[in-house]
Amino acid sequence: MNLWKEFIKGWWKDNPVFVMVLGMCPTLAVTNTVENAIGMIAAVAFVLIGSSFIVSLIRKIVPNQVRIATFIVVIATFVTMADRYLAAFYPSLSKALGPYVPLIVVNCIILGRQEAFASKNGVIASLLDAIGMSIGFGIALMLMSSVRELLGAGTWLGMKVLGSWYIPWQVMVLPAGAFFVLGFLIWGFNSINKAFSKG
Amino acid sequence: MELLVIFISALLINNFVLHYFLGICPFIGVSNRLDSAVSMGLAVTFVMTIAATVSWLIYYLLLVPYHLEFLEIVSFILVIASLVQLVEMFIRKVSPPLYQALGIYLPLITTNCAILGVALLTVLKKYNFIETLVFSLGAGLGFALAIIIMAGIREELEFADVPEALKGAGITLITAGILALAFMGFSGLIK
Repeated sequence: MNLWKEFIKGWWKDNPVFVMVLGMCPTLAVTNTVENAIGMIAAVAFVLIGSSFIVSLIRKIVPNQVRIATFIVVIATFVTMADRYLAAFYPSLSKALGPYVPLIVVNCIILGRQEAFASKNGVIASLLDAIGMSIGFGIALMLMSSVRELLGAGTWLGMKVLGSWYIPWQVMVLPAGAFFVLGFLIWGFNSINKAFSKG
Repeated sequence: MELLVIFISALLINNFVLHYFLGICPFIGVSNRLDSAVSMGLAVTFVMTIAATVSWLIYYLLLVPYHLEFLEIVSFILVIASLVQLVEMFIRKVSPPLYQALGIYLPLITTNCAILGVALLTVLKKYNFIETLVFSLGAGLGFALAIIIMAGIREELEFADVPEALKGAGITLITAGILALAFMGFSGLIK
């Protein structure tokens, strides 16, 4: 039961993007199309689950003073793997994501989970926490990119959804649109949470 | 002329915060007061210029000759983390007043994605040494500009009647969106 709680907390209650406001760079930068968002979710999930696993395994032998440096090296290793894999098998996606794949290293969600959870808990709990957080991150990115692609291009994952009557709302694909969509999503998220906690 | 174009483009058109979305965490976290925003902006500009030039040297003098380009990410992040420590110790020794002003922001900079971002982008754009210097200085000043403008707006926002659920991150992001729209006006500056 307790483990189940660790698993689902990232989905809504402690959602890394909407509640903790972490990992803003990829959330804003690569959500212009759903395809880019899926690539980023997969890369982040791989790095987060992999490094949580390793960090929780070695948590007892790492001296306290050098723990941050150790976490960063572990994370950077997984990021390098993800980056090389994408470059080799999905060159066009890798090009579209550009510097944002290497930048997963400094994504506060990943370092934050290592520091707050994986370095203090066992392997199973850390894995569940990492998978739950990845799902929460995925929910946020899918929401963001769906809204932006639908309004900005009238498509979803490249498929035409809105008819020819729809004039694409260009600004949604541009950087300014990312800020607006995330701002309004956080607003909606907070309103829903408030309404529930009252009732 | 070429250098001026790089500088202006990093400063205004491809502003790191409003175009590349780098350094959003401090941009939202430290922009509620004007004086702390100025200190943060200066600290980032300072560290960014040093970090980008040192990373450039490491990449072209160490990684490329030995065909170790795949170590780019690991080595850059380690260089930046240790550099921030060094800069912190150096400033504390040499200029205590400066340390008073920047001190608490320096450790935060390690996890600022803008610093790693500028190092990665200089490699991606294949800049030479001088171009890297100019590009990172422009990017740092662009970050400072954005965070200072944002802090100015947020100090005024204190007196506005913002809906309860929109307070904090929500309204800051929407303000940043309007700011990004305004900065798009600069894109005609360079053809």
